[in-house]
Amino acid sequence: MTRERAIVLTRIGWIAGFVLLLEAVCRLHLVDPLTLIPPSEMIATLWTMLASGEITGDIARTFATVAVAVVLAVAIGFSLGVAIHALPRIRQGLDPLLASYYAIPTFVFYPLFVAIFGLNSVPLIVLGMAFGVPAMILATLNGLDRVPRVLMRTARAHRLGRLSTLAHVVMPSALPYLLTGVKLALAYAFIGIIAGEFILADAGLGHAIAYAYDGFENRTMYSLMLFVLVVVTGLNMTLHAWEGRLMRRRIRS
Amino acid sequence: MSAPSSLPAAPSRSGLLDGAITIVVLVGLWQALHAYAGDAAIASPLAALRHLSGLAATAGFWSHARATLTAFAAALVISAALGIGLGLVLGLRRFAGEVAEPILAGLYSIPKVTLYPVILLIFGLGLGAKVAFGVIHGVIPITLFTLTAVKGINPVLVRTARAMRLSQAETIRTVLAPAVLPEIVTGLRVGFSLTLLGVLVGEMFASQKGLGFLIVNGISLHNVQQTTAVILMLVIVAVAANGALLWLDRRLFHRT
Repeated sequence: MTRERAIVLTRIGWIAGFVLLLEAVCRLHLVDPLTLIPPSEMIATLWTMLASGEITGDIARTFATVAVAVVLAVAIGFSLGVAIHALPRIRQGLDPLLASYYAIPTFVFYPLFVAIFGLNSVPLIVLGMAFGVPAMILATLNGLDRVPRVLMRTARAHRLGRLSTLAHVVMPSALPYLLTGVKLALAYAFIGIIAGEFILADAGLGHAIAYAYDGFENRTMYSLMLFVLVVVTGLNMTLHAWEGRLMRRRIRS
Repeated sequence: MSAPSSLPAAPSRSGLLDGAITIVVLVGLWQALHAYAGDAAIASPLAALRHLSGLAATAGFWSHARATLTAFAAALVISAALGIGLGLVLGLRRFAGEVAEPILAGLYSIPKVTLYPVILLIFGLGLGAKVAFGVIHGVIPITLFTLTAVKGINPVLVRTARAMRLSQAETIRTVLAPAVLPEIVTGLRVGFSLTLLGVLVGEMFASQKGLGFLIVNGISLHNVQQTTAVILMLVIVAVAANGALLWLDRRLFHRT
């Protein structure tokens, strides 16, 4: 326990040291204020921007897009995963596709999505899903593969039907793996959608950052970056902690 | 991934067949999408292929391809050297590794595109920014894979190295690096894809040269054929490179 605490403290120390270093470098004018502004100013600007409500629209837009993309990616990925798991022949055929899917730089499709669906939220949702669905399929397959055989045999001994086996035995057992898929789908949706907004969009956080950059509004730009980094890291860490707790519980049982 | 145990016969031939069927299905889907969305949105497979062969005959296309390739090669070399080195050192020093791992995992899952303006402000428009952008995408997965591999290494090997009083550099060179080679290849495969992604996104956002620029340029000039053709080429190259690394990966793992 003491070692774990030492590790956490060291980690916090490193991060705090890094932020302080940035602050010092900026305050001592070692870097051009046009290149980098001190972290304390980023926080102050972010606070005024949040309080004045000028970025509320962009935040709402990005979060709504991400939410839709994650829900769709999880639903579609999960259904496909269950279906593929039930059909081993199809699964074998899809194996080469799933193995090389993430080698394809998915972003290059974004301009095509825009051409097909128009310049609105739809191509962004599709891009976010293009990242998330395969991860969810793989996580579902992984979870279903690892349902202990004893549990399945118990279900059969109790003469559970297909659906009740799924609801009472398979799902609880596969849950930690599914959660890993959800975590990845969320992270990928943020990456895909903010990057998409960055390249070509009419609103959203990514667009706001790109717009501030084009207009040499460094304060706005850095504050928005800080906002994105803090929010995404916070979400990821929450899901990570939850996942760890579920995994431990599953190992214990 | 677990291979189905019930189908052991002739795995390579059925694998090829599966690949062929997958390609046919994908091209069919593409054709269907073209029929649905029309010529203004996406070119048909045949038109894209024809346009690609036309593009390949022009010198301008190759100068764009060379720009991407130069940036990508530089980014990959830097990512690999930095990632493997960092991963080996962090894996060897338990404490430092446990301190760093969650930080790296956190950095891995943030949208790094948002950092692009910072990189542009530091490096200016051009090759340097593209390379740096590829590196920030590629270096973390390579580090994480190497780190995990070193952490999972057989402790007997490390103890033997210590008993023989090897220095840290010698331990890394003669014991650790060979032992974790298969995982490093896996890390390089993931790093390869992400570095390519980083370089291309960099070109799409702010560049006047390279394949990423050609893709965005095709859309803004309503030249959908050009966009589709360049994407087709990138997908083929990426999948082929991934296949080659996957093959190397499997060979290395099966050797031991």
